Amino acid sequence: MAIQTDVDMEALDGILSATPDIDSGDLIYILQEIQTAYGYLPRPILSEMSNRTSIPISRIYGVATFYEQFHLAPHGKHTVRCCRGTACHVRGAQSVSDAIARTLKIEPDQTTPDMLFTFETVACLGTCFLAPVMMVDDDYYGHLTADKIQDILERYT
Amino acid sequence: MPDKKIKSLDQLQSLKQQLIADKSQYKARILICMTGCRALGAQAVCDAFRRQLAKSTLADQVEVVEVGCIGICAMAPVILIEPYDYLYGKVKPEDIPEIIATTLTGGKPVERLTVTEDGKSLPKISDIPFYKKQQRLVLANCGRIDPKRIEDSIAAGGYAGAIKALTQMTPQLVIDEVTQSGLRGRGGAGFPTGIKWGFCSKSPGDQKYLICNADEGDPGAFMDRALLEGDPHRVIEGMITAAYATGATKGFIYVRAEYPIAVEHINLAIEQAQILGLLGEDIAGSGFDFDLDVRIGAGAFVCGEETALIASLEGQRGMPRPRPPFPAVAGYKGKPSNINNVETFANVTVIMETGAEEYSDIGTEKSKGTKIFALAGKVKYTGLVEVPMGTTLREIVFEIGGGIPDEGQFKAAQLGGPSGGCIPPKFLDHEIDYDSLQEIGAIMGSGGLIVMDQSTCMVDVARYFLDFTQSESCGKCTPCRVGTAKMLHILQAICDGKSEGIDLDELIKLGENIKLTSLCGLGQTAPNPVLSTIKHFREEYRQHIEENTCQAGVCKGLLGYEILDVCVGCGACKKVCPVDSITGGKKALHTIDKETCIKCGQCFTACKFKAIKR
Repeated sequence: MAIQTDVDMEALDGILSATPDIDSGDLIYILQEIQTAYGYLPRPILSEMSNRTSIPISRIYGVATFYEQFHLAPHGKHTVRCCRGTACHVRGAQSVSDAIARTLKIEPDQTTPDMLFTFETVACLGTCFLAPVMMVDDDYYGHLTADKIQDILERYT
Repeated sequence: MPDKKIKSLDQLQSLKQQLIADKSQYKARILICMTGCRALGAQAVCDAFRRQLAKSTLADQVEVVEVGCIGICAMAPVILIEPYDYLYGKVKPEDIPEIIATTLTGGKPVERLTVTEDGKSLPKISDIPFYKKQQRLVLANCGRIDPKRIEDSIAAGGYAGAIKALTQMTPQLVIDEVTQSGLRGRGGAGFPTGIKWGFCSKSPGDQKYLICNADEGDPGAFMDRALLEGDPHRVIEGMITAAYATGATKGFIYVRAEYPIAVEHINLAIEQAQILGLLGEDIAGSGFDFDLDVRIGAGAFVCGEETALIASLEGQRGMPRPRPPFPAVAGYKGKPSNINNVETFANVTVIMETGAEEYSDIGTEKSKGTKIFALAGKVKYTGLVEVPMGTTLREIVFEIGGGIPDEGQFKAAQLGGPSGGCIPPKFLDHEIDYDSLQEIGAIMGSGGLIVMDQSTCMVDVARYFLDFTQSESCGKCTPCRVGTAKMLHILQAICDGKSEGIDLDELIKLGENIKLTSLCGLGQTAPNPVLSTIKHFREEYRQHIEENTCQAGVCKGLLGYEILDVCVGCGACKKVCPVDSITGGKKALHTIDKETCIKCGQCFTACKFKAIKR
């Protein structure tokens, strides 16, 4: 990952000053706040956070890389999340996931070069009655078949 | 909302009476599921109802209530109209004028929106087979009250059981009551809840913690989500009772980040309970202090394991640690902590309301009460189901779930998610409880119940679950880290048609060793889906290995698509092929280029003449 040095520190200031007496118990919460503000966890922000809170950077990275929610690279404009839960699996989620990969020409956990889409698979969206299901940003698309994918994704620009 | 804090049980009861009286001004109530059904347009239905009612003469007589899951998700968006108890499904904004005219004005059902059985319309919820065999105790309020209003919960009897415990019982009496009820942990393992509380209660410590495990990670399970979204006060009430019994004064609800509506509702519920003095210092004048915070998980399946969850709460990588010491002795921040699952706390509320004796009348000898299942997969009515322990699989899948759609045949039911197993048809009449499921190689688990038909390949299902547990393995202990990877490698080879030299008995041995030697519940149960499918579907494994065939048509490595000469040349397959591998002129036999075919199966689905063989 390229190190960016031009990241705005203002949001970090706000997050750190809003949480009094930060200790490592607050780490996950603070990383969630940083990701909400920046869209991902920029490396310079994490370094700066370590400097200001005296939580070692190794500890911060350890947590940031353990949990699936956190990502260290910028996300695309739209996030496609294909459910790979059991109900979806037995109703053909694999062919839906393959179709998304084919349409976007990327594999899960990758972002298109034009930064329009990030493609993720998730363990379960908890909407098993829609199986197989995917979400694009906050929109649900249920009862999917492979041939519907291209039309749906073309709506997002 | 009354601005005064509730100071006694009597005061809570009189508030309840007053709230019930306030509600009687409405002639009818329209209950709209605004949780799961949101995915299929419930918001638009709700908005349209409000708009159209405001313009009608019924404006002051009909209340539109946004509720949690009503249960029958297959019919989403679902609405329920009180006092008629008519249930309508797949409701669209265009249907609303007819509902207002026929039902709200005329009192009659709109038959085309109801559930139908054998061509007969069944408007009343109590007549629908999906609900008939259910016993909704924990879900009693779910889909009936507005989860964003504590008044609705209090009017339905909320908080009375907990306040009674705090003001009229000793902590030991509460523990005894819960022990006597026979309640076992609903998170999956089934440990007796009262005994667990006793450990924490007896553990010395100046500060104790109570934790609610709402990190519902099993794919195919959405019971806890529905409870937190649809009736959060029932969970909070159960936690107050548990905190009093164990001596905890501080609690956490650890919710997964994928459940934003649940997070919103539980946060709101805590805030409202605090305002009414039902959380915080001196709860309802009892002298007992207990407060709650919500913590949002960051996506790690292993955090469903209690020691890993505690590590995550402490801001660390969510890795489990060996027990003992158990959390009851040294949990969060090294202090005595008690962890229960969402559904367990919700059951505690039922027990305090009805009493242990009545509660223990429900269920089987060793498994008391009810269990909520998330019914999904190849079943007609997917949804949320609550049945007494001891109900058979046949009753759940066929009577409640309406059987297999599209004339499919029941092949297996998967219970317990990645830690569970697949149950074959011969056990359809087996009564389901914690112990009976273990006898047949499955576990109760948290309650995901996925129905499978002949189009599901059991080897692929085993591979699927192992792929999941292997990628979620935290890597701390070798048996789980290396063992699950090795098992996955073998299963992948079988599915890919590269099964030379694979010995199923060796695979079983490996699985059993992983179960015996792994550090936490994840590794100790990860081999279950493989072991149970080998046990019950060994023939299918044999066909994969020895005959290189997958009869369900799932394992791509074993499939070869070709077009038979019954092809009429309609071109449907050619049109859907995403990689242009199909050629053929109009009304002429088409052919598939096997070199470029990606075996996606779209041609197979598109062909109406059964001309494609795989």
